[in-house]
Amino acid sequence: MSETPKFKVTIDNISIDVPAGTTILNAARMIGGDVTPPAMCYYSKLKDSGGKCRTCLVEVSKGSEKDPRPMPKLVASCRTTVMDGMEVKNITSPKVVDARKGIVEFLLLNHPLDCPVCDQAGECDLQNLSYEHGSEATRYEFKRRTFEKEDIGPYISLHMNRCIMCFRCVFTADQLTEKREHGILERGDHAQISTMLNKSLDNDFIGNVIDVCPVGALTDKTFRFKNRVWFTKPVDAHRDCPTCSGKARLWMRGEEVFRVTARKDQWGEVEDWICNDCRFHKKETKDWVIEGPSKISRSSVIAQGHYQGNVGTAPTPVLIDKVIGKQPKYTLDIHSISDVNRPEIDLSKIDGPAHSNDFK
Amino acid sequence: MAKKILLENDHIEGIRYYDTYRKNGGYRAAEKAFKMSPADIVEEVKKSGLRGRGGAGFPTGMKWSFLAKPEGVPRHLVCNADESEPGTFKDRYLMEFHPHLFIEGLLISSFALGSNATYVYIRGEYAWIPDILEQAIAEAKNNGWLGKNILGSGFDCEIYVHRGAGAYICGEETALIESLEGKRGNPRMKPPFPAIQGVWMRPTVVNNVETLAAVVPIINLGGDEYAKIGVGKSTGTKLLSVCGNVNKPGVYEIDMTCTVEEFIYSDEYCGGIPKGRKLKACIPGGSSVPILPANLLLKTAKGEARYMNYESLSDGGFATGSMMGSGGFIVLDDAQCVVRHTMTLARFYNHESCGQCSPCREGTGWMYKILKNLEYGKGKMSDIDLLWDIQRRIEGNTICPLGDAAAWPVAAAIRHFRDEFEWHVNNPEESQTRNFGLAHYADPIHVPASA
Ligand SMILES: Cc1cc2nc3c(=O)[nH]c(=O)nc-3n(C[C@H](O)[C@H](O)[C@H](O)COP(=O)(O)O)c2cc1C
Ligand code: SF4
Ligand code: SF4
Ligand code: FES
Repeated sequence: MSETPKFKVTIDNISIDVPAGTTILNAARMIGGDVTPPAMCYYSKLKDSGGKCRTCLVEVSKGSEKDPRPMPKLVASCRTTVMDGMEVKNITSPKVVDARKGIVEFLLLNHPLDCPVCDQAGECDLQNLSYEHGSEATRYEFKRRTFEKEDIGPYISLHMNRCIMCFRCVFTADQLTEKREHGILERGDHAQISTMLNKSLDNDFIGNVIDVCPVGALTDKTFRFKNRVWFTKPVDAHRDCPTCSGKARLWMRGEEVFRVTARKDQWGEVEDWICNDCRFHKKETKDWVIEGPSKISRSSVIAQGHYQGNVGTAPTPVLIDKVIGKQPKYTLDIHSISDVNRPEIDLSKIDGPAHSNDFK
Repeated sequence: MAKKILLENDHIEGIRYYDTYRKNGGYRAAEKAFKMSPADIVEEVKKSGLRGRGGAGFPTGMKWSFLAKPEGVPRHLVCNADESEPGTFKDRYLMEFHPHLFIEGLLISSFALGSNATYVYIRGEYAWIPDILEQAIAEAKNNGWLGKNILGSGFDCEIYVHRGAGAYICGEETALIESLEGKRGNPRMKPPFPAIQGVWMRPTVVNNVETLAAVVPIINLGGDEYAKIGVGKSTGTKLLSVCGNVNKPGVYEIDMTCTVEEFIYSDEYCGGIPKGRKLKACIPGGSSVPILPANLLLKTAKGEARYMNYESLSDGGFATGSMMGSGGFIVLDDAQCVVRHTMTLARFYNHESCGQCSPCREGTGWMYKILKNLEYGKGKMSDIDLLWDIQRRIEGNTICPLGDAAAWPVAAAIRHFRDEFEWHVNNPEESQTRNFGLAHYADPIHVPASA
């Protein structure tokens, strides 16, 4: 490994030396901050992922020291490896900013405006993406595409209308489980994730598709509608698990464990895969050794400061307004079906993780 | 009379059977080729200047020389017979009526590239052609042209015909490879290119049917002689499939020296426009290439006559030119509506997108819906700019060129026929009962005198 030559790459005027074979995206992640292109389909832990969503497009203004010609088209930074002396423009390229705005618009085109009732709201990569890179309003005036609801078993909920076809769940099932039993059916704008996902649920690790899904297309049925993520507080915990590393994140309110997920790093990627048993069946504090509050470093409503001081108004309008450009029509009032989202209680005034007693 | 080298024996009854083909000089090129070294055959193809006939026009000899040859790894030749581009039906003609010419080309090319197992990936809708090909393959095999130790050379070759299942995207070479492997026909990300890792990750060359058939006359004539046919970098002959408003639609072989005007109006080719109507527009190279109004079709922006070859058809770039593409020549007379026509194409690309990447998956459907509104009198002026913006953001930002192929026809239609779109918006009712007509689309273009 020590023999891998180092290549120098410059991204938005910041230079870094990286091992040959590194992609532009990963080089940008090493630099960090704004020069890192957003990635909706690439997942460093999933082989062959990436290249599909096109949100990570960048401009290569200089190919390499040897061949300084710029690349004629924008390239997917997650699938393009750096060359020595390469110069890349991300947010410093008006072409990239414009193209990305277009991509966000395409991704949102048929995406339902159901953020108010979607379990992913608050930790949705698409919400964050559109907040940072999208336009104020949609120009789409047609009926959004819908799919028939498919029941895929007791643990995972599939909401195909929200899927952005990143293929991550397919790679996850392919690479983490012995036998992949779901995939993509149909093509074009009616392509869908389908078939026997429920059968693969027997597999110990299939629950991870929930964590890799960037949107609310695959969510945890054992958590659904019990709570909004921003009302629960994440803590890192572990347990002695015979199947997986047992390193997980618990989403708690008071002493109650509402949800168990894998821990995610600053790029929103799972650090260690966890097994179904830890995820779906260990919902009591006594199952776990609690390490302490999780660091949430990614831009999301969980950490964006919207967490505090929002109380009294509905919790999300500022964000939703930015995301979809207009006030959504609520298809149902969350307060009428759940008594845990009491808007009059100021969470920031509660000391430590909120507890159901606080809402009595 | 233009030179014919592919369809030279078109008039001979029974040319599709082995005996007749052989009696008329068939497999002579193969005999010659097996006395040459594979490298020399590649050299002849390079000298011939042959450019891929599948659409992109990439020099075939160069493509062949890129093929990786790692020790102990089989290599494959895959023939792209998916021919699904609207307006293109020339490969079908070759395979249906000249199967042995095609097989001879496959054989010589397989020998040159060292492919012991060669595949023909044929579109599913050509349901009857695999039988024709398989019969011809059996005949060739019975006569020692396929199988083990061909002509005592020590070279073995089998040709397999593989049917597609009806997807345009499987004509894109990497989607074709995926499909051939039995997977979903999604285009692959490049690199790696097929020449390094193609089918089953082995080095692979993908060529169009006509490209491979052209190898036969190249070996017969020699690369240098072949290169003398045609002009400039458009060497040899090209098959064109003509459809739309012409008196004689069909497949024609041209030597790329005639003008577009001659091609449309002469009796040797299309025989003019029927019912005394006038030429309004034309898509010269299959549905993906830019549409041109009559004036820019017959003359370039510089006022020179436009010729039926790669360079001249693309003269002026996308601003005022088009492309030779796959040779699907679609002619529209003054009774045709460009808005409707563009809508039809948009529907096609929407239907055929594989759905892998977001701009193409979402953008093609959006364009189709807007075009539908415009065509049916429900469009707004801002829709035209919106369409422009959508196509602009698809083009160049996708995994495979289908995104571009969906964007270009829309871009060209707006570029050249914007007033026809605007007329639809301004006359929502009238546009439902009559068409815009010829308007000024055939008027001579003003060419500013050069300084
Ligand atoms: C969407 C799409 C469809 C295509 N369909 C065909 C086809 O039907 N037949 C074909 O020969 N090439 C087709 N091509 C071009 C092939 O990708 C490839 O360039 C060609 O087969 C190479 O052969 P050639 O060099 O002999 O032209 C298509 C390309 C795209 C992007
Ligand atoms: S369900 Fe989620 S993970 Fe799977 S393809 Fe759709 S968006 Fe991606
Ligand atoms: S451009 Fe269209 S057809 Fe090509 S890979 Fe992307 S979605 Fe599929
Ligand atoms: S993250 Fe690179 S294309 Fe999706």
